[in-house]
This record gives sequence, C-alpha cells and structure tokens, in this order.
Amino acid sequence: MKTQNQRAWLFVTPVLLLVAFNALIPMMTVVNYSVQETFGDNLFFWQGLDWFAQVLKSERFHNALGRQFLFTFLILIIEVPLGIAIALAMPRKGPWVPFCLVTMALPMLIPWNVVGAMWNIFTLPDIGLLGYFMNHTLGLSYDMTQDPVAAWVTIIVMDVWHWTSLVVLLAYAGLVSIPNAYYQAAEIDGASNWAVFRFIQLPKMKTVLTIAILLRFMDSFNIYTEPFVLTGGGPGNSTTLLSIDLVKIALGQFDLGPAAAMSLIYFAITLLASWLFYTLMTMNDNKS
Amino acid sequence: MRFKSLVPALYILFLMLPIYWLVAMSFKTTNEILAGFSLFPQTWTFDNYIEILTDPTWYWGYINSIIYVTMNTVISVLVALPAAYAFSRYSFVGDKHLFFWLLTNRMAPAAVFALPFFQLYSAVGLFDTHIAVALAHCLFNIPLAVWILEGFMSGVPKELDETAYVDGYSFPRFFATIFLPAIKSGVGVAAFFCFMFSWVEMLLSKTLTAVEAKPIAAVMTRTASSAGYELGLLAAAGTLTIIPGAIVIYFVRNYIAKGFALGRV
Repeated sequence: MKTQNQRAWLFVTPVLLLVAFNALIPMMTVVNYSVQETFGDNLFFWQGLDWFAQVLKSERFHNALGRQFLFTFLILIIEVPLGIAIALAMPRKGPWVPFCLVTMALPMLIPWNVVGAMWNIFTLPDIGLLGYFMNHTLGLSYDMTQDPVAAWVTIIVMDVWHWTSLVVLLAYAGLVSIPNAYYQAAEIDGASNWAVFRFIQLPKMKTVLTIAILLRFMDSFNIYTEPFVLTGGGPGNSTTLLSIDLVKIALGQFDLGPAAAMSLIYFAITLLASWLFYTLMTMNDNKS
Repeated sequence: MRFKSLVPALYILFLMLPIYWLVAMSFKTTNEILAGFSLFPQTWTFDNYIEILTDPTWYWGYINSIIYVTMNTVISVLVALPAAYAFSRYSFVGDKHLFFWLLTNRMAPAAVFALPFFQLYSAVGLFDTHIAVALAHCLFNIPLAVWILEGFMSGVPKELDETAYVDGYSFPRFFATIFLPAIKSGVGVAAFFCFMFSWVEMLLSKTLTAVEAKPIAAVMTRTASSAGYELGLLAAAGTLTIIPGAIVIYFVRNYIAKGFALGRV
C-alpha cells in the first residue's frame, strides 16, 4: 500500500514545470493557429473549425494517412515476430551475450539523419553495396529514386535494420527472467517446443512485449528524419508519410492554419491508437 | 543448436553490412568512389577524417551535440529522481492522471512541435543556445526517465525507507546515501536512454539552432548540399557520430537488457 501524501506534489513540481513549459505553450500555439487565418504582419482572423474540415476532407491528407498506416502496420508485423524469433535463438549466458547485446543495440544509437545518409550510400545503384549487388550481381533493376516499390522496400528494410533490436532486447529481457525450474517442469511433462513457447515464454514476455509494441507503434507512426533523408518523400509522393507531409506544409509552404489543424488531428490519432493498443493488451490483466 | 545460433549471427551480419559500407566509404578517395564499385578501399586515405578534425565548423558540430546531450541527460535525471520517488512511494491527488499525461508527451510527433518550439525559444531569447536544445529534449526524455526510474524504485522494498527513518536519517540524507546507491543501475539506465534519444534526435535540434550551437547533423546536411556531394567526407562524418554511442553502450552493456524491461519484468 502506498502512503497518502499530498506533499508528493512538491517532488513532481520540477518535472511538471519543465514538461508543461515544453508541452503546453507550444500546444496552445498550435491550437491558436488552427482556428485562425493570417496574411502576415501578425494579423489574425478567426477561422473557426474551417481548417479542420479542410484537412479532414483533403485527399492529400487521406493519402498521407493511408501511407502512414500501411508503413506502421508493415513495421509491426515484421519487427515484432522477427524480434521474438531472434531473442529466442540468442544464447542465454556465456561470452557471446555481451557481444550480441552491444552489436544489436548499435543501430539505435546512430543519429537518425546519419541512418538515412548511411542507407542512401548503401543503396546507390552503381556504387552502393546493396545497389551494386541487386543491379550487377542479381541483374535486377533496383533504383529507389525512380521506383516507388523499391523506395518502399528500402524504407521498410531500413526501419527493420534500425529498430528490430528494440524488440529483441525487450523480449530477451523477458526471457532471461524465466527461472530454469519452469523449463525443467516442461521437460518432465514432455512439452513440445511450441507448448513451451505458448504457455511459458510468451506469457512471461507479455509485459515487455506490450512496451515494445507501444514504443514501436509510437515511433514508427511519428517517423520523420530517416525516410526524409533517404527518399525525401519520393519518388513523387510515394513515401511521403504523415510527418514528412506536415513539415512540408508547415515549414515549406508556411500554411500555418492547415498545418496546425493537421498537427492536432495527427496527435489525436497517435494518442487514441496508443490508448487502444494499451487497453487491448492489458485487458486480460485486469480481469484476472 | 548449431542452426539456432545461425539466426543471431545472420541478424548481426545484416546489422553490420550498412555500417561496414559507411566505414569503407570514409577511407576511400572521392575519385575512387566515383570511378565505380570496390568492396574494399583500394587506396586508403585519411584525408576525410583529417579535414573534419582540423576544420572548426566540422568539429564544433560534435562538441555542440555533446554539450546539449550532456546538459539534457543531467537535467532529465535530476528532476526525474524526486518525481519518480513520489510516484513509486506515495499516492496523491491526480497521480495516475499526471503520470499518463507525462507519457503522452512521449507520443507527440516531433514534427508537430518544430515550429512552435522555434517561436517559443526565440521569444524567450534562447534560440541558438545549447540549453534551448537541452530543454526541448526534456519533453520526451523526462517522461521516459520518470518511467524507468519509477520501475527501478518500485523494485526496492519500502522497508528500506522505513528502517532509515527509524534510525533517524533525514530525508535528503537517506535519499543520497542509502536510496540512490540502491537504484544506481536504474540511474545508469535512465541516463543511457536520455543520452541515446537526445543524441539521435535531429529535427528539433536543427530547428532550434543556427550558428553557435549547430549540431553535427546540421553541419552534415549543409555540407551535402553546398560542396557538391562529397560522399567520402559525409561517410567519415557519419562514422564519427557512431563512436560516442558505441562507447556509451559498451559501459552499460550489462544493464541494457534490464533497462529495456524498465525493471518491470
């Protein structure tokens, strides 16, 4: 039981002030822009909810949102099972464990624009390792600046490269916490590998997998820098994900009203989806 | 067993290939890169690195990045410690709502905040300073640090606190001499994650700086566009950004897996 103590608010005040400064003031700025029109010179006119209506009806927004959902969906169905499979195959103890952990964590500590630049150099058709291999060794025609399918495959593979390790490390943390006695009991019962996975390993990984899926959802839904550096949203608009489109409207065209309305809709979708994921994944916990 | 260890081996190979290519490129001359494909550098050159390490606009990019990342890590962990203690030990009016609100900030797309952040930090006269970037990164690092530390602190039995008070410890003395050592791996993990997300984030740090506090990312993009496309130089700059991360991972390697589980497994 935790102690009732209202003085605990003193402890959280510094955090509250810092995060509020960074979250509330910018958020109010966005809300302000989203309901006004400006022609420059700091003159603003009340616009009501027109911008929201305009964004929600615009085909451009629907397309970017559709691409964003497709991207996040592909990321989740590839990275989560792959991450679990790799974690299951990893050694549990011995000299290789620190080696695996360090090398696997490495991609996550590379600045995001460098990740984009690195994959750009890697995939250049004639002088990149992957580009050369695809075009000259396999004889395929692979050029992601020309071909939307190639661009999509490349950004997906890049994200798998960048973030699967997060799922691996989380799942691995869950796996090493299982006491050996569980496995011995399973062996005595003659349980199959599948049964061990389904009834021992998966339930034990549930908490960490919830965290993994939530983090992967949030971060892939908000992704900006890596695909922007790699493809710039192209060819055409084929890889223009939501954030890329938003930055184009806000900082490229300086259409503050529509950009602000789009920001709020975007944030609301992220929040709602995270909440849904969280509720669905923890539903059984509350029942039992 | 043989087959099983093949899976992580292949995965690590896949992870290392693009990194190898970046490092290999950084040792090639521009002529060699443009002449065509070569798996290994034919004529090794250190010119790319020498250029970066002798040109102040280049190496100041690294120093600027390290300054604001360090500031952010220190601020985030310092303010997150008491807050995490409050969340793990006390119940108070609005605690659950506050915790959830903190976490929602981790979900906010950075693209949403880029422009308002620029205006906010210009208005308070902090634009183009290290502290501006450090404070801006607090938006997503403080909630994360609170979340991680709260997990580790909840793993410490309450009896520890109570015994200390019975022994006549004041709160600050208890916190500094007994409680902090008990959760030191948690502090390490929280600091690691703050370092990581502040080091890799680029959209906000680029938006909030111009000259004085320009991060390495901004230097890289400006070079890519101004000096033609000097791939070797770009590759060398990229390779150098991997090193601080690699050093930090090496130090926390035994805590990484635990840290990802946020002490809640």
